[in-house]
Amino acid sequence: MKILFVDDEKDVEALFRQKFRKEIKSGEIELAFAFSGKEALNVLGDENPPKFVYVFSDINMPGMSGLELLDQIKIRFPNIQVSMISAYGDSENYDRAMNSGAKGFFTKPVDFERLKKEIAEMVKNQ
Amino acid sequence: MNIHLQHILDTLLQIEAITDEQRSSLNKTLKEADKELTILEFKLDRTEKVKRTTAILLEETIEELELKRKAIEETNSALQRSLEDLKATQSQLIQQEKLASLGQLTAGIAHEIQNPLNFVNNFSEVNNELIDEQLEEIEKGDLEEIKELALIMKENSEKITLHGKRADAIVKGMLEHSKTGSGKKEPTNLNALAEEFSRLAFNSFLAKNKDFKGEYKLELDPELPLLEVVPQDIGKVLLNLLNNAFYACAEQRKDLSGFENLTGLTPTVTVSTKNLGDKIQISVKDNGPGIPEAIKDKIFQPFFTTKPTGQGTGLGLSLSYDIIKAHGGEIHVESKPGKLTTFEILLLM
Repeated sequence: MKILFVDDEKDVEALFRQKFRKEIKSGEIELAFAFSGKEALNVLGDENPPKFVYVFSDINMPGMSGLELLDQIKIRFPNIQVSMISAYGDSENYDRAMNSGAKGFFTKPVDFERLKKEIAEMVKNQ
Repeated sequence: MNIHLQHILDTLLQIEAITDEQRSSLNKTLKEADKELTILEFKLDRTEKVKRTTAILLEETIEELELKRKAIEETNSALQRSLEDLKATQSQLIQQEKLASLGQLTAGIAHEIQNPLNFVNNFSEVNNELIDEQLEEIEKGDLEEIKELALIMKENSEKITLHGKRADAIVKGMLEHSKTGSGKKEPTNLNALAEEFSRLAFNSFLAKNKDFKGEYKLELDPELPLLEVVPQDIGKVLLNLLNNAFYACAEQRKDLSGFENLTGLTPTVTVSTKNLGDKIQISVKDNGPGIPEAIKDKIFQPFFTTKPTGQGTGLGLSLSYDIIKAHGGEIHVESKPGKLTTFEILLLM
């Protein structure tokens, strides 16, 4: 199952690859990373239809924000699930994400147990 | 008739040798002399009256002037007092402006510190897990795997140090920022300063304006020598310029709905540095609505602001101007209405 993580912090890639190394090794999931909303849309647009099943995106990023990316994905790739990961877990961000069709909302620092559970469930349903 | 003239007339009339004709002529002449004398007396009397009146008026005027002098003296001391009050208020406002800009930063700073701290926590957690794994591999005796895990852990601990230092620099920067003008000049990497404050200003602005879809770009000259400046002061200037630039971009977007889609223009703030040989140029450019010609020469004046009441102190640019002047530098603005604004700082090497 292909998952795309979007965050403007580059070290997120090293961290998530290590946190999910077992799941990656077993072939359960495949991770890709984009460091801006634009890059994420490019990555998703590279394949037709994209094989990505799930996108996790940060909200506060230079240029396109995560919420805008969410809207774009919902328009262009309605089958892909999107969840937000943000340091700003206020109700305004939360409501906007949920109203725009986000599947879930994770706050930073990320609770990896919860994130793993979320992904495991998604894998099971595939 | 005047008694002396009468006496002359009487005496002359008694002389018998005078003919009647001569007598009437003398009589007429003396009467005319008397008439003229009467007129002169009258004129003299009038002049005297005028003199008296003038003297009284003069006295009154002097009194009045004295009163006015006293009033002016009072006004002067009142003005002096309000000047002192104003000075006190101004220094208070400058203090407030410093605190306000620190306040504006708080959200950005919190975010800025939270991110590296999360990495520090996460990577140390991961290392802990990797150590457990490594212990298992040691039991199995798989040297290859043990080595691989060690290398990953080494990389992780380098990341922990890096992000720890990042948080450290932010806290130090924050403390520097709250210091009030006591900073010392020190060799400063202006590129690093520009980068740090751009990120800080961007995150602070974003934290307050969640709808903002702009971005910032850095165009930094790699050939920049270290420059002797007060880093927190130059940082303050950058922060003011950046805040204004983001504000301007956001304004443009609010004015025209769908502006971004219409023109394909993303609100963008570009911070650049350039080595000009004898000077270093730092510029902050935004593609906001520009500065109207009519107010261009007012923007550096203290308390001038175009922001709604309560949103700007009008001291940001004025303080920036003072700081750059104190560094012996120059600050200019160039603006094309409806297109862009560029603030340019020139610092002598």
